Amino acid sequence: MEPIVRMTNISKSFSGNQVLKQVSFEIVPGEIHALMGENGAGKSTLMKILTGIYSRDEGDIQVNGRSVDYKDPKDAEKDGISVIHQELNIIPHLTVAENMFLGKEISISKTGILKTKIMRRETKKHLERLGVQLNPDKNAESLSVGQQQMVEIAKALAAETKVLIMDEPTAALTDREIETLFKVMNELKSQGVAIVYISHRMEEIFQMCDRITVLRDGSCAGTENIKDTDLDQIVRMMVGRALGERFPERRVEIGEERLRVEGLSNPGLFEDVHFSVKQGEVLGVAGLMGAGRSEIFETLFGARRKSSGRIFVDGKEVKIKNPYDAKKAGIGFVTEDRKSEGLVLELSVKKNLSLPNLKTLSNWGVISAKAEKAMADDFINKLRIKTHHADLQVKSLSGGNQQKVVIGKWVGINPKILILDEPTRGVDIGAKKEIYQIINELAAQGVAVIMISSELPEVLGMSDRIMVIHEGKVARILDKDEANQENIMQAATGGYRCVETMGQ
Amino acid sequence: MSKQWVNNLQKLGPVIGLIIIVIILSILSPSFLAMDNIFNVLRQVSINALIAFGMTLVILTGGIDLSVGSILALGSAVTAKMLADGMDPILSVLLGLIAGGVMGAVNGLIVTKGKVAPFIATLATMTIFRGLTLVYTDGKPLTGLSNSFSFQLIGKGYFWYIPFPVIWMFIAFVILLFILKKTTIGRGIYAVGGNEEASILSGVKVNRIKVFVYTVTGILSAFAGIILTSRLNSADPNAGMSYELDAIAAVVIGGTSLSGGRGWIFGTFIGSLIIGVLNNGLNLLDVSPFFQQVVKGVVILIAVLLDRRDKK
Repeated sequence: MEPIVRMTNISKSFSGNQVLKQVSFEIVPGEIHALMGENGAGKSTLMKILTGIYSRDEGDIQVNGRSVDYKDPKDAEKDGISVIHQELNIIPHLTVAENMFLGKEISISKTGILKTKIMRRETKKHLERLGVQLNPDKNAESLSVGQQQMVEIAKALAAETKVLIMDEPTAALTDREIETLFKVMNELKSQGVAIVYISHRMEEIFQMCDRITVLRDGSCAGTENIKDTDLDQIVRMMVGRALGERFPERRVEIGEERLRVEGLSNPGLFEDVHFSVKQGEVLGVAGLMGAGRSEIFETLFGARRKSSGRIFVDGKEVKIKNPYDAKKAGIGFVTEDRKSEGLVLELSVKKNLSLPNLKTLSNWGVISAKAEKAMADDFINKLRIKTHHADLQVKSLSGGNQQKVVIGKWVGINPKILILDEPTRGVDIGAKKEIYQIINELAAQGVAVIMISSELPEVLGMSDRIMVIHEGKVARILDKDEANQENIMQAATGGYRCVETMGQ
Repeated sequence: MSKQWVNNLQKLGPVIGLIIIVIILSILSPSFLAMDNIFNVLRQVSINALIAFGMTLVILTGGIDLSVGSILALGSAVTAKMLADGMDPILSVLLGLIAGGVMGAVNGLIVTKGKVAPFIATLATMTIFRGLTLVYTDGKPLTGLSNSFSFQLIGKGYFWYIPFPVIWMFIAFVILLFILKKTTIGRGIYAVGGNEEASILSGVKVNRIKVFVYTVTGILSAFAGIILTSRLNSADPNAGMSYELDAIAAVVIGGTSLSGGRGWIFGTFIGSLIIGVLNNGLNLLDVSPFFQQVVKGVVILIAVLLDRRDKK
């Protein structure tokens, strides 16, 4: 079939730094084409060139066999190319219908007086085309992330989209929402829409995509049919070498109890949570989205107020009212959302790394520039953070390296206990393995590690024990040997308790 | 590396602007660059600069302080009343400064403990502090305060050619520069303004930092008022009206972002110089005070527009 988009030999440099070298990429109608590569490989730059956000230095772009040169995304939209960004462009206080027609409102000739009835009807029609039941008058803020995404997709369809670019669409979705999304994608595919699918999740790519193009360091590492390739080949294309075991081996003597939590409660979120973690142990925390996983540990860390419960570190009870107390007790917390909770994007790598450690780096409140620099360089080295120098703004780093900075912040306090909330979300496969290695090294130093994760293979591969949360309660704690995807999911969906009571 | 250089050059925008204004004014008015006029300008600038320095800290945390003019008035009224009652000048000044600090701390506590948006909180305290000043002074200026030499020195004294207010301004500048660049509090100020959530989760004592910046601003505003009182030998309960606007203008012209986390105190110094030099130069040129306001507004707009472009 004739490709609807054909990009040939695209090159692009930013201030002398070449980010794309002679990349070619094409999509045919009715295919789902995966675009993969490590963070910084050039995926988003390529897509931004296609949609006219950036201009290309060299190369040619043809859409429907016609050479094009878009000046901005609106031009691209006119040719039926739309993007669903990772950060959704939904305005919370507007209704579904108002969001759908934002900037493209239908009005009585050009008066600006809106035809609300028609827009509502159209909204309903487009959502139904996706098989989604949503009230057009509902406020967007009351929708789940998955539903908001559906509104965005419907918005793109209303604009007669023929090429849909989706950037990590499943990153914030629950399993059920992902299922709905995939159904919608297949529906679009059968209607002849071409989808560019950017994701780090291998499982999804093998499940959904027809072809895959891999970028490495700004060059095209190849395009393959999904059915002719396998995981190992894709990883090799991405990192230029075989990665070996996905989860590095850990040989750690598990020691004394480090952390014990008794009866921790926060009404409405979770109740009566008991668990403990030992020195050198990795406790995985699994559960469905909204089960209260993050909330339990945010409360433990003092970022939320607990109603009751006792916390013991190394056998001694500690009082934690705020994150400062938690830090003093030796607890570090790598938050889930690195941009909004983990980093001060305007500040440098060095200043982000030192932020929780200023007390130890200063005398009488005066920061020792030398000690700070030494600490930053040490962590950049140890955690293999890819940055030209420590004074670079942290926002210029790729996602995986930003994540390492967040981890580095907390490694700096020499934590006794380190909580990591979705430590590898939005991180490419090479950086993922490095983060696993960092976790293993910390465990080897006697740190008790708690890892919250939605990726079951990761939980299974990394944990010594797995705590499964269901509706704000600890449903089950499984040992590494007995845990598998089935019994975790069973416990996470409340199945375990049913089986137990039926057995009695 | 070259990009860093361009960045630094862009940072110098306000300095280049100041130089251009100075060159133009010195061509148009030969008396502008005379030594005594320069120190005259610097002395006029010092009042606004002291307040604007504090305002810089507040704005860096993502806040704003509209009550500075009222704090100036109440702070100077307290000192003036104490002097009139025959109290020791040093003690009177100290009490005025403490009053300023307390008012600033109240602002900080309303913002942190009361969780009121800084704009609203200080809008309210602006009225409250002004009202308190009027109550305290019975609405009348306090005059004929003191023959104390040391008190008059604060506003009228000279060290060699340099007026004392200019020296106070430089001392405040150096101290605040040190705090912002070298201390944990300074780092906290930038971190809070850049990302408050991440700062809290990093165990930074965010509330303490906010109370600190409002308190410092309160002390500096009161001190500016005491300098005025010393020069005029009187305290006017209506002093300092709309001073918050000049202070905010100086901060913005200097390149500090109103959304917080980005900016520098040197820029604020240059910003207040630009405002002061314009006032002085336009006066020398006999430009009508009505039209001077137009010029000042245009300069603020240009500064912000240039800053916008840099960001893109």
